[in-house]
Amino acid sequence: MDLSTSLRLVAPEELMSFVSLVLLLACAWGGDRASRVISAAAAVTLLACAALVAPTLGSGVTGPDGAAFSGLFSADAFAAFAKILIYLGAAVAVVVAPAFFERLHAMRPEYPLLILLAALGGSIMVSASNLITLYIGLELNSLASYVLAAFLRNDERSAEAGLKYFVLGALASGILLFGMSLTYGFAGSTSFAGIRAAVDSGLSAGATFGAVFVLAGLAFKIAAVPFHMWTPDVYEGAPTPVTTFFATAPKVAAMALLMRVALEAFGTQAAVWREIVIFAALASIVWGAFGAIGQANLKRLMAYSSINNVGFILIGLACATPQGASAMLVYLAIYLVMVLAGFVGILMLRDGEGEQVEAIADISGLSRTRPGIAAALAMVMFSLAGIPPLFGFWGKFVVFQAAVQAGLVPLAAIGIAASVIGAFYYIKIVKVMYFDEPANRVTGRSDWVHSVLLTVTAVFISPFGYLLTKWLGALADTAAAALFHVV
Amino acid sequence: MIGIEHFVVVSSILFVLGVLGIFLNRKNVIVILMAIELILLAVNINLVAFSAFLHDLTGQIFAMFVLTVAAGEAAIGLAILVIYFRGRGTIAVDDINRMKG
Repeated sequence: MDLSTSLRLVAPEELMSFVSLVLLLACAWGGDRASRVISAAAAVTLLACAALVAPTLGSGVTGPDGAAFSGLFSADAFAAFAKILIYLGAAVAVVVAPAFFERLHAMRPEYPLLILLAALGGSIMVSASNLITLYIGLELNSLASYVLAAFLRNDERSAEAGLKYFVLGALASGILLFGMSLTYGFAGSTSFAGIRAAVDSGLSAGATFGAVFVLAGLAFKIAAVPFHMWTPDVYEGAPTPVTTFFATAPKVAAMALLMRVALEAFGTQAAVWREIVIFAALASIVWGAFGAIGQANLKRLMAYSSINNVGFILIGLACATPQGASAMLVYLAIYLVMVLAGFVGILMLRDGEGEQVEAIADISGLSRTRPGIAAALAMVMFSLAGIPPLFGFWGKFVVFQAAVQAGLVPLAAIGIAASVIGAFYYIKIVKVMYFDEPANRVTGRSDWVHSVLLTVTAVFISPFGYLLTKWLGALADTAAAALFHVV
Repeated sequence: MIGIEHFVVVSSILFVLGVLGIFLNRKNVIVILMAIELILLAVNINLVAFSAFLHDLTGQIFAMFVLTVAAGEAAIGLAILVIYFRGRGTIAVDDINRMKG
């Protein structure tokens, strides 16, 4: 494979690095006045990158056709699917930000730039087919995220969120790295293909340790129990547009990376890690459901909801089959849109002075003052709970179907039972919005960008979404087939 | 004769010390940063030792990447610590509790 082919395969990453370096100079010269222009440029770049990777997914590129730089980087259909989700999530996080930050006089041009760099990191993560590439992508994503969490420098909660995210994130990278060093030592290679060949006949004790440490480090990034403790604080403390980003792009990237490591590098040893994944899945579902009960802050509630949903996605991983991987991708795509709708809805809740409203008590009776937002939020809540007419149900359905096909019937049964517990607090929000006495806190005007985004995402998660099931399923199957190409 | 197992034992001890340093320390966030460095050093010892043991250069190249990223990580950690200190006037671990965990 020559250099020009490799350079062509990494075109989206090159475009993003180039644009982010140019925008960095524009930041330095233009200062805060250039924020709007730089935001627009970043959003356009992200959408252009999504368009660039779309043909890779459409033509179902697999294995050696997508391998760049002697197998360090894999631009296959699986990576393309995850990249499109990452770029869309990041673009929405860029677009919703100006209305939020300008009221606080805190809109700085570094925000779109950091999002762009974090998305670049996520993009490298999902394409990693070597431990070194994995590490570089993960750190590029994480380092930008730590700064983003502390973006409101004068806000104590934001600074605290940044500090907590940094300390726990650095610990997670340390655990991940230690696992990677053991894997390298006992498998004798850093490439996923090399590791796969080395562990084909069974894992040695050292390599098992390595695999477990790597999975633990990645579990931290996707916020799966028992490595979830940072999530509520970071989601609550970080500025809402940043939380929107955290809940979407890095989560998709880390989940896709986990799939690649588990199914590609350790794919032949599924029996070893399946128990761990099943434990993490069930613990996340249950902990996410029970932890959310009694929360008074909407962003904190969304954090527990994300822990809960990660559990459902992990059920697909426990299958270790192409159907399971495809179901995870479908779930991730639907989850991304649900979370975007949820956070855009939360961003639109402002009181008379334009302050953000985040307390659940303050949105009581919202259906009478702002029926549109209330209806959209109610749809998000029902969809996250997986109640049938809404599109969120489809994600849970395909995951459970894959679990049953893989012979994990008890796991699917426990998952369905636990989703009923989860439904309790989602429906509680709907009850507060529709049946409680109006608190009349949410009276501020909404930004038109937010209204448009909320409408589009709400239509996607409405029953109209089912028109897309066939198309989405076919794309996810193509992507999952690329992941299982090595078998 | 010092073999590969000695290196792995030393690095494992350093790693455990680093993790304990993060969890047991209740005084100062700077100590946490030091503990993180300790973890990364444990990883580097592992990588270089395995690299020599396997007669394969990849591990040493990996160690270079880890060193570089560790420098960036420490810089960002200290920067976040500075803005935190400006707002709160303390960096004691027990005081980082504006949001309940």
